Amino acid sequence: MDARTRALYVERAVWPIGKGDRNFWLAVVVLSAMVAGGLYAWVYQLQRGLWVTGLNQKVSWGFYIINCVFFIGMSYGGAMTSAILRLTNAKWRAPLTRIAEATAVAALLVGAVYPIIDLGRPDRFLNVIRYAQVGSPIVWDVVAIGTYTIASFVFLYLPLIPDLAIAREALGSRTRILSPIYRVLALGWRGTPSQERALARGIGIMAVLIIPLAVSVHSVLAWLFAVTVRAEWHSTIFAPLFVLGAMFSGVAAVIIVVAALRRVYGLQPFITAKHFRYLSYLLVALGLAYVYFMISEYLTEGYVFEESTTPVLESLLTGAYAPAFWSFSIGGLVLPLVIAALPGRFPVARACVASALVIAGMWLKRFLIVVPGMANPIVPWDWGRYQPTWVEIAITAGSAAAIPLMLIVFFRFFPVMSVHELDEVEGVYEPPVPRVAPAFSGGD
Amino acid sequence: MGQREGSDGPSDRSRRRSLQILLAGTAGLVAAPLVPIAFPEAQAHVHSAQGKKQRQWAMVIDLRKCDGCRKCTEACQTEHELPKSFEWIKVFEVKDKQGREYFMPRPCFQCESAPCLRVCPTGATFRDDEGVVLVDQVYKCIGCRMCMAACPYGARSFNYADPPTPAHPFVNPTPQHPVPQIKGTVGKCMFCVHRTEDGKLPACVEACGMEAIYIGDLVEDVATNGHETVRLSTFIRENDAFRYKEELGTAPRVYYIAGHGQLLDA
Repeated sequence: MDARTRALYVERAVWPIGKGDRNFWLAVVVLSAMVAGGLYAWVYQLQRGLWVTGLNQKVSWGFYIINCVFFIGMSYGGAMTSAILRLTNAKWRAPLTRIAEATAVAALLVGAVYPIIDLGRPDRFLNVIRYAQVGSPIVWDVVAIGTYTIASFVFLYLPLIPDLAIAREALGSRTRILSPIYRVLALGWRGTPSQERALARGIGIMAVLIIPLAVSVHSVLAWLFAVTVRAEWHSTIFAPLFVLGAMFSGVAAVIIVVAALRRVYGLQPFITAKHFRYLSYLLVALGLAYVYFMISEYLTEGYVFEESTTPVLESLLTGAYAPAFWSFSIGGLVLPLVIAALPGRFPVARACVASALVIAGMWLKRFLIVVPGMANPIVPWDWGRYQPTWVEIAITAGSAAAIPLMLIVFFRFFPVMSVHELDEVEGVYEPPVPRVAPAFSGGD
Repeated sequence: MGQREGSDGPSDRSRRRSLQILLAGTAGLVAAPLVPIAFPEAQAHVHSAQGKKQRQWAMVIDLRKCDGCRKCTEACQTEHELPKSFEWIKVFEVKDKQGREYFMPRPCFQCESAPCLRVCPTGATFRDDEGVVLVDQVYKCIGCRMCMAACPYGARSFNYADPPTPAHPFVNPTPQHPVPQIKGTVGKCMFCVHRTEDGKLPACVEACGMEAIYIGDLVEDVATNGHETVRLSTFIRENDAFRYKEELGTAPRVYYIAGHGQLLDA
């Protein structure tokens, strides 16, 4: 990479910082309005109680639990994408990692609020810590989500440190206000070899750590369902199914965010069709694995057709939930995989369409896990019904809007692409080799 | 050779040893809290052995007698000042596989291996000394409804709204007398422990005109519907009483006597 290309890269990476053009403010206003609508609905619910939702005695988990799984899953995909690309040392990752990591944090912050929105007594939330019962999946959830939140912040922050110096330099006079903030956040970064070494090691450790952490978060979310005696939830495949579903929807989310920011911030010279093709491959691979898991689950259930699993399975395949189930299976799984996998023109547009379908489909899938499982007549003579109210819909819409809002605000303060990483993969300087103690040589 | 001898030196051995201790310690730390999860029965025995000879509540519902009048549900709602949508004891109209219809009242089964109790994050759901599963709505319940997802019998109700205006506004609710219910928390049948404490029958037992519901004590081995008293173990055995969804391993404390020729597994 020549100096001119690098200069352009740096320019584009810092371009949105401090810029308040009309489109930016328009987006902020529209998204903020949606978030405000969601917050209003939440306050409305807090004042009155959960009866303002469509939840009832039979179906006592609904949109909030679905959204919790959905958004945390999305976050997981962002973190995993970045971690996998780092660990496999994929050279094309440089312009993507920051966006993926930021998406992970934004989606997580939204998803992590949902368990609290769902509580009947959110004021007593700290009881989970105060009187924690280690046997409860809810406690596992709080611990796992808490740990993962810290880790994903660190994972976003560490690679940002060297970029702060680069951004300060590149921005020149535009950083009068930001300069002191950058200085504090940069923790005295000067790019000395020992600092580079420490940073590389730190990022390496985080990239390794974030994977089991994210796996644990989603497994625990799955166990929320799988440890119950409801036949259609009580499934050994649930944890891997949830983990895979999270990665699948998360990669789709990364594709959408990358495509949107690429267009808005003019990153086309650096994020090219190649990136979308590679991400599409990742999406297709995960999608195929998900199809396999699903077949494995439903085939074994449906073949035996055991009394306890029959009602829900029937309702999914041919009954009340069949429209949703087949929309998901075909429109959210098969169709996007075909669209993304086919070779040919418009790789970017196809990746985006496929991802949008996947995201919608995976939301539906979570709905199909939570609601029929709840509505199922466990005492086999009464099916439950669930009709969400405007409160749940407004909160859902507001929380979905919060993610792009957080992202554009974040990138108004911090470089959208990692420059330091680019230098590393392009070999502008020698990346320091982390010193790993030789394992079997008896030390030095 | 030299290398290997060097690696077996004292510092390395002690390092390995401390690593072993560390590993064992960690494993122990992780495993220790799991003991009560893995062996809930063991704990229960320790618990009951501590006190003096105690009552252990159980219930027998004679489906031959139940005519589905729902007096039990109404009495329960009055007793606990519940809204009409709350059926802590709910009467199901059942059509069995042979097409016969009968009624099946479902209270909380006070399972000895209660799924709701196991999943509660705060310990708000607990078992009292007499085997009844109670809920601390006053301080602990956070309203996560995990217990409702876990209960295989749908025996729990969530207070989405405030309960109706209480008849006795100055009574403070306790787990043993959860009246009035508290919005945002989960409630359930608690075998009227506030009544049995005083030697009174549970509201549903008292209200049942068909004398179909028996409250009993597994320790004394007696049960009564308020009119006749029976020897509990004999009564259960001779009438082929069954426990609902017994195959789930929840060990319910409520027995049903089938009598309309229906299949025992309903």
